[in-house]
Amino acid sequence: MIAAEHLPVLQVVGPLLAAPICSVLRIRNLAWFFTLIVSVGAFLCSLLLLQTVMESGPISYELGGWMAPLGIEYRVDASNGIVLLIISGISSVVLPFAKRSFEAEVPEKLHSLLYTAYILCLTGLLGITATADAFNVFVFLEISSLSTYVLVAAGSSIDRRALTAAYNYLILGTIGATFFVIGIGLLYMATGSLNMADIAVRLGTIAEIRTVDVAFAFIVVGLALKLALFPLHTWLPNAYTHAPSAVTAFLAATATKAAVYLMLRFSFTVFGTGSGLLAPMAGTVGIPLALAGMFAGSIAAIYQYNLKRMLAYSSVAQIGYMVLGFGLLSVTGVMATTLHLFNHALMKGALFMALGCVFVRIRSVHIADLSGIGRQMPWTMAAFVIGGLSLIGVPMTVGFISKWYLISAALEQEAWWLVALIVASSLLAVIYIWRVIEAAYLKAPPPGRAVAEAPLSMLIPTWVLVGANIYFGVDADFTVSVARAAAEGLVGVMQ
Amino acid sequence: MSAETALLSTLFLPLVGMVLIWLTGKSPNLREAVTLTTSVILFAIVLSLLSDVLDGARPSVDLMEVMPGLSLSFEIEPLGMLFACIASGLWIVNSLYSIGYMRGNDEKKQTRFYMCFTVAISSAMGIAFAGNMFTLFVFYEVLTLSTYPLVAHKETEEAKQGARTYLGILIGTSIGLQLAAIIWTWIAAGTLDFTAGGILSGKVDPVLLPFLLALYMFGIGKAALMPFHRWLPSAMVAPTPVSALLHAVAVVKAGVFTVLKVVVYIFGIDFLAASGAANWLIWVAGFTLITASLVALSKDNLKARLAYSTVSQLAYIVLGAALANHYAILGGALHIATHALGKITLFMCAGAIYVATHKTEISDMQGLGRKMPFTFAAFCVGAFSIIGLPPLAGTWSKWYLVLGAAETGMLIVVAIYMISSLLNIAYLMPIVAKGFFRPAPELATASAGAAVAPSKSGIQEAPLLCVLPPCLTALGCFVLFFYADAVIALLRPIVE
Repeated sequence: MIAAEHLPVLQVVGPLLAAPICSVLRIRNLAWFFTLIVSVGAFLCSLLLLQTVMESGPISYELGGWMAPLGIEYRVDASNGIVLLIISGISSVVLPFAKRSFEAEVPEKLHSLLYTAYILCLTGLLGITATADAFNVFVFLEISSLSTYVLVAAGSSIDRRALTAAYNYLILGTIGATFFVIGIGLLYMATGSLNMADIAVRLGTIAEIRTVDVAFAFIVVGLALKLALFPLHTWLPNAYTHAPSAVTAFLAATATKAAVYLMLRFSFTVFGTGSGLLAPMAGTVGIPLALAGMFAGSIAAIYQYNLKRMLAYSSVAQIGYMVLGFGLLSVTGVMATTLHLFNHALMKGALFMALGCVFVRIRSVHIADLSGIGRQMPWTMAAFVIGGLSLIGVPMTVGFISKWYLISAALEQEAWWLVALIVASSLLAVIYIWRVIEAAYLKAPPPGRAVAEAPLSMLIPTWVLVGANIYFGVDADFTVSVARAAAEGLVGVMQ
Repeated sequence: MSAETALLSTLFLPLVGMVLIWLTGKSPNLREAVTLTTSVILFAIVLSLLSDVLDGARPSVDLMEVMPGLSLSFEIEPLGMLFACIASGLWIVNSLYSIGYMRGNDEKKQTRFYMCFTVAISSAMGIAFAGNMFTLFVFYEVLTLSTYPLVAHKETEEAKQGARTYLGILIGTSIGLQLAAIIWTWIAAGTLDFTAGGILSGKVDPVLLPFLLALYMFGIGKAALMPFHRWLPSAMVAPTPVSALLHAVAVVKAGVFTVLKVVVYIFGIDFLAASGAANWLIWVAGFTLITASLVALSKDNLKARLAYSTVSQLAYIVLGAALANHYAILGGALHIATHALGKITLFMCAGAIYVATHKTEISDMQGLGRKMPFTFAAFCVGAFSIIGLPPLAGTWSKWYLVLGAAETGMLIVVAIYMISSLLNIAYLMPIVAKGFFRPAPELATASAGAAVAPSKSGIQEAPLLCVLPPCLTALGCFVLFFYADAVIALLRPIVE
């Protein structure tokens, strides 16, 4: 048995080694089962890791035994522990769902390769999150991005627009990654180090500040593209709309979350006080763009007929909330961001999975085709309603917890206008969610459409996430305490 | 059963009822039996708690901690006890009425209807017994959401539109304003527990206090303070039992109950009176009171007229809260009870008229009192109670409200209450007068051939289950007049 101290690397290396194996498993059910095992393994690792971190503080792991500034360090604390948990957890819930969903949406011969891409994507996201080495982040960022392009393109057998969506994402994602790596290069030039903690220490001692500022700007812009901050979000709606349902559920709940985490990590841990740009940028660029995203995303969502696209625009708005919390640069603000990382993953995962269930049965997620579906697929639509209520922020759901802390953070700084804008934009969610509820419950189904409830293998995972939406909304002790530890760890550097 | 268990069972019993209703949905008689049994047991439990509360006990339960420092907790105090008694007691009457109305009208999807009703009652209990503002808010939102399907029940374009307005305003005000007020209170005071004497004294800058109060008062959209009153007339597209129990009793009273809770236990009466933060509210509530009465006067649709009358009557209570003295608060709390009895009677009569004749416009109701004497008699009693004529319950609440207004020396507020009473007469009495004293148009033009041949006695009442409940509540108005001091004895601790 491998000792627990290897956990930080194990959960990244495991999937990485599993990916090539998966590619040769030509029996699709075997490939699926293998992927599931890998994902659940990673999930258990991340659970153990988070538990250890919360009990005894951050864990540092030196790859190959090479000492930190030279060798690659993996470092898990509360802030990335929770992100690891989100990524591996959502992946493990989505996979049982993915089997039927892929069977319905992707040609059979592609399945084992699709699962391979899925494992690679999982590897990349976990790697981005776990590593404490700036260049290593870039490597994993590329692994996850490249595999994501493949996953999105897999939707092309349903709708060939998936190809252009993937291509678009490829171009923009590559630009983002390039900005990011240029920033890392500049940082290396200024400090001579790639280890995050080491960079932070060295930044405090150097006088040459312009290179650092430019590095900061490049990294932030690169990441803003990855996390789909308005107005760099244009790749997201198409990619989420045309990807297979299971892929969308997985990506919407994880990919942007990892990028938001990186933004927090670089802003606070790496640059922290080292670059004077953080505070002015957060105030003059971060918050206004977050607000613009909140409104533009929500308003765009109201006018969508394709529900996957509607939820995709809603994601743009929700990312605005996360960046807003971060932009306040306070412990409560970062807590709100961390909480919303977790909570939004639960709600968007549940919502996209509910749409996946609908798609399997009626081959459409267009709002006009959903008339009366609430009676024909009661469990699926009930899941959608609860996910939607969570998105609106109704009490007893996770959305409420996020909103509570975000408003608290704004009120703490007596930013009344921010409070007003936060509640106004969250009310826009009522409009776009309620359109769906009205269509599904208050319209008669088209004559002759007789559809059954979605298969249990899809419903159960969906309801697991719905249950999590309620559970963590009723008992938020765990998420709040982790978020507090994470925020104090990150923002503590600033004080 | 200990008081704590009893308290929790008031929340869970209706939900158990909901599951049973769902299971028995195929057999209407069994389903209705479940509703009735649940409502009777619930009322019995609430009454068993009442004696404890009268003895000065304050049973409380801390259910669970949701966020650090913020828990779902319940505590019974006199005001909540009163609200719970009204909501659960009238639920029994209304359940009888629902059976008559829904069957009489052959409404669709009755199982969903009864299920949503139980959830609404459960959340009304949660609101009544909430031990802190957070818990109250949770159930406040559940109440909004669970009544949405009831408002949209008919699924017509009009019902959808009304339900949209309903939900939009209630969710909009609660998330947009009330939630912000709650979080502000939480940050300022560090607690949200309902505490005698309030929790805000000295915690909030006096300059900002009126704004906090405004966030609460407009945020509690269910109190229908203008300009956020539009949802109430919109909700009238719902079947009449919904209008009767929810939009004359549970939902709107939850709103003014929350207003009183905030004034008494968050701000504190003395603190609010001393700070003068509620002075603006006197004018807004007074304006709503008079304007809504005038609008009611202009409505020919009976339910719309009653809805605006409710808006006006709710403003009585908000005005009482704004006056922030002991008499006015007592009067406001009492008015929750007396108006509930009076208004539910009126709504049930309106529904009975609809079931029997399918008439909704007041101008069509000439001479109807002769055909439906019981319905119109009950309506008349309810109307007298709302107006505040002795020997009916409405007298006492108006008495205390006016006493409270006189105590502050604001004669104009006394005048507002008085003018509005006159307006009550003006918009309620013509309905009774037309019903009883004008000849029915069918009799004048008998040759036109009525669809239903009049029976020998000339009485064409709605089904028994539609007529009996309003008569019972009308009787209740009468009885409460003589037992008002019992209610006052219950309420007195909150102002002492």
